[in-house]
Amino acid sequence: MVADYVDWLRREGRIVIVGASLAGLRAAETLRAEGFAGELTLIGDEPYEPYDRPPLSKSVLLGKASPHRTELPHRREIDAKWRLGVPATGLDLSAKRVRLADGDEVEYDRLLIATGVRARPWPKEEEARLDGVCLLRTRDDAADLYQRLKAGPRRVFVIGAGFAGSEVASACRETGIPVTVAERAGAPLVGALGGVIGAVAADLQTENGVDLRTGVTVTSLEGDSVGRVRAVHLSDESVVEADVVVVSLGSVRNTDWLAGSGLGAGPRGIACDAGCRAFDFRGIVTDDVFVAGDVARSPHALFGYQFLSLEHWGNAVAQAETAAHNMICHGADRRPHLWMPAFWSSMFGVNIKSVGVPSMGDQLMITQGSLAERRFVGVYGHQGRVIAAVTFDNTRWLEFYARQIERGAPFPVEYPTVDRRPEGRQPVAADFPDPSLPTHGPTVTLSGYSPADQQLVFHPARH
Amino acid sequence: MRLVVDLNKCQGYAQCAFLAPDVFAMHGDEALIYNPHAPEEQRERLARAVAACPVQAITADGLDDRGDKRDTGNAGATGDVQEASDGR
Repeated sequence: MVADYVDWLRREGRIVIVGASLAGLRAAETLRAEGFAGELTLIGDEPYEPYDRPPLSKSVLLGKASPHRTELPHRREIDAKWRLGVPATGLDLSAKRVRLADGDEVEYDRLLIATGVRARPWPKEEEARLDGVCLLRTRDDAADLYQRLKAGPRRVFVIGAGFAGSEVASACRETGIPVTVAERAGAPLVGALGGVIGAVAADLQTENGVDLRTGVTVTSLEGDSVGRVRAVHLSDESVVEADVVVVSLGSVRNTDWLAGSGLGAGPRGIACDAGCRAFDFRGIVTDDVFVAGDVARSPHALFGYQFLSLEHWGNAVAQAETAAHNMICHGADRRPHLWMPAFWSSMFGVNIKSVGVPSMGDQLMITQGSLAERRFVGVYGHQGRVIAAVTFDNTRWLEFYARQIERGAPFPVEYPTVDRRPEGRQPVAADFPDPSLPTHGPTVTLSGYSPADQQLVFHPARH
Repeated sequence: MRLVVDLNKCQGYAQCAFLAPDVFAMHGDEALIYNPHAPEEQRERLARAVAACPVQAITADGLDDRGDKRDTGNAGATGDVQEASDGR
């Protein structure tokens, strides 16, 4: 019976993909490539066909690409029905229907949720509405910000020195625009890479002329009489005049539309098994609902079976391919999504890449190169094994360390490495902030059990 | 023509930046900046860059129907049948 259902599904079933960005597109292509001949519908809240986001904070802000022309190349024809510019607003699991904002309903036999994340807005709504207060996530955001940068603002103020915020600051400096960056933590990138590497990122910023303010928070945004932002007030009581403010406080997972659906969805994403099948709120795996991309969180064998949410481009592609494969095959042919986490960024002319999960690391060793030269490999260790690596302008070594992580290679790294310096002989504390403190957030969220997880405290009842 | 570079794969060999400098540029020693929308007159150069990338990190559409056949005589006979219909 089950085998018959899959055969039928492949032939004439209806598959709906909610989320028409990178993960949704690659899933659609994989479904067709693997022989799905039924009806395929893609639903997207933005009125655009799938486009690539990483260029928006890099080549677009530098004026080397148009924000409106980053559409993703298609790997193959997907013959899909597109419902673009219409967000999904609800899901009825028992009737197998997706509700759309225009009142329409779309029925499915199998559903893939790839709704991703959105930029976390400035929390004070009135201030967020001031002219000149920007976010950077969508192509409309990028087009708006690019125009404002091109107009030659006196100063740009970036709130949050994660990767996106740092990339914006980099683009500003490269185009000669004065920029101030405020970061709650002690340095840029600390949520993702820890304080040791963060200190290198801080030096990069200040040497390139960024007015970097760390250990401070923004308390308010001040507007002028016509509703344009004019100044930023900080927790150290300083005031910085700026006519563009870029709010770069990480992201919010797009799961609101699933409230009340019975799916295991919340602020941390949608929990799913290693085969990308979503859990319902009872923790029972569903048969017909799959998840992929930034909105998913799934257990990973290499990282203690913690549920990982990875806001990584490569994860969206790999998980979409696995989810699509698993959606249309028999149980025994399903594959687990065991992708090696990997991301890249570039800022101030330096290429930053990483594999594994740095934020799980307690200790760090610079196994090649040196921090002072901004050309190095940093290896993160957790409980005696290599858990992650980061490179600054040293990407060709990264694959070697990816294999080390896969093999559970011992940490500290004892064997000789090319270009090992005295500073790299002993591990040091990686210096990640307390995970229970609020921050703009790393691009990896660990939410499973871990001895380091301080977000939940058990209080025994007292009698 | 649309293109995307898998920058996880990219190792900064810079072959693309030599072969299609109006589309790809090195930014510092290792980082790559590129225009995801290459103008039509870049077709041949883009096709060469895609083919020359040592780690095959570049995906472009709209190349296979013409570029491949002209540039690589032997590949054109076998490799382009399916992909040609997908060109956009």
